[in-house]
Amino acid sequence: MCLAVPGKIESITTDDPLMRTGQVRFGGIVKEVNLAFVPDALVGDYVVVHVGFAISKLDEAEANRVFEYVQQLGEAGEGPG
Amino acid sequence: MKYVSEYRDARKAAHYAKALARVVTHPWTIMEVCGGQTHAIVKYGVDQLLPRQVTLVHGPGCPVCVTPVGLLDAAMEIASRPEVIFCSFGDMLRVPGSARDLLSVKAAGGDLRVVYSPLDAVKLAREHPTREVVFFAVGFETTAPANAMAVYQAHRMGLRNFSLLVAHVLIPPAMEAILAAPGNRVQGFLAPGHVCTVMGSPEYEAIAGRHRVPIVITGFEPLDILQGVFLCVKQLEEGRAEVENQYARSVRREGNREAQQLIREVFRVCPREWRGLGEIPGSGLTLQDQYAAYDAERRFNLARTTGGESPECRSGLVLQGAIKPQECPAFGTRCTPEHPLGAPMVSSEGACAAYYRYRRARGVTGNDQIPKTNDQW
Repeated sequence: MCLAVPGKIESITTDDPLMRTGQVRFGGIVKEVNLAFVPDALVGDYVVVHVGFAISKLDEAEANRVFEYVQQLGEAGEGPG
Repeated sequence: MKYVSEYRDARKAAHYAKALARVVTHPWTIMEVCGGQTHAIVKYGVDQLLPRQVTLVHGPGCPVCVTPVGLLDAAMEIASRPEVIFCSFGDMLRVPGSARDLLSVKAAGGDLRVVYSPLDAVKLAREHPTREVVFFAVGFETTAPANAMAVYQAHRMGLRNFSLLVAHVLIPPAMEAILAAPGNRVQGFLAPGHVCTVMGSPEYEAIAGRHRVPIVITGFEPLDILQGVFLCVKQLEEGRAEVENQYARSVRREGNREAQQLIREVFRVCPREWRGLGEIPGSGLTLQDQYAAYDAERRFNLARTTGGESPECRSGLVLQGAIKPQECPAFGTRCTPEHPLGAPMVSSEGACAAYYRYRRARGVTGNDQIPKTNDQW
């Protein structure tokens, strides 16, 4: 039920704050998504979409930390002994 | 797909597994709260990558599973009425009530529509002004903003033929109920990343402080879960009990303020009964008084039924993390997705469904489920 999928905003079609709507691409599929809860998201941004609503704008720098962290762990663990 | 496939990298997953093996010295039991995480764990075999000291138990984070039988019976009664178009997410159709399921109501001629978004139900109400359109509002905090928006928009449009059958539940009170249960063995939590995307972390900071339990807000891909487990084990080993945010690409500490504002506008907190867990105070949402006209329970003047649970179903114990699905004697024999005794066998987030789908035939062997780098979920 809490399944939410990241997608890229391709266009914003309605700008009324409550009905703010855009076309969002998920791989090969484009769907209409309500953007009222991500007022600062713009065309080109990635958003997390749940039941037709964007609930957050993805933060690219934070997204990479998962990989940076594991790399640091690897380096820390590869020393002698 | 960006933000998906890179989090399924088998080589990085192995790095996390090695790092975990280096930090763990004691046995620890960690609960992943959300059923979406349970499915990823079982599907990709994340649990099989963990050191033997670390046990994952599956939590109650499946709203379909915890919707009480009485409310399901109410849904079926409403859906059977000739004037009603009953709208639901697809997950609910096969969940057993006391005597039947929604799919059998549809087979008997009920006008039941599976929708993708609650706004689809609002659209149906506009298109069919002579019919009563009812949306089955099941979900956690993640879904509450969408359902609040549906009511808010219906109100603005002056739609009189739209209502919600509300079955909303909240995660933090359920976590506290699990911690307070006699015989609790959960020592740390992976908190649900999408619930926290909406609500932020303050409620979890309060729980971590009160119960001295580490909580890591965690995403849904295999690497997210491995990092979440790593951070949680590290806290346990170091004697810390804090909230950490593994899923910071989506979760801000304060959550989504616009979404929270609309939830507060439309809903208020209420006590709610959880299937398998019983009533938990302050664990649900119901419509605010000014939106009471959109409450299907009032509109249809329903008599609430109670009971009707299969005596054989152990889903209450599964939802509390007390047993694994295959420890239930009915699992895979008298209870299957085609003929379920309880909701966790049919929901896409139910633990029983995950074990039936990914573990039944294969058994639990080796690391054959580790994702390839380009594997798509």
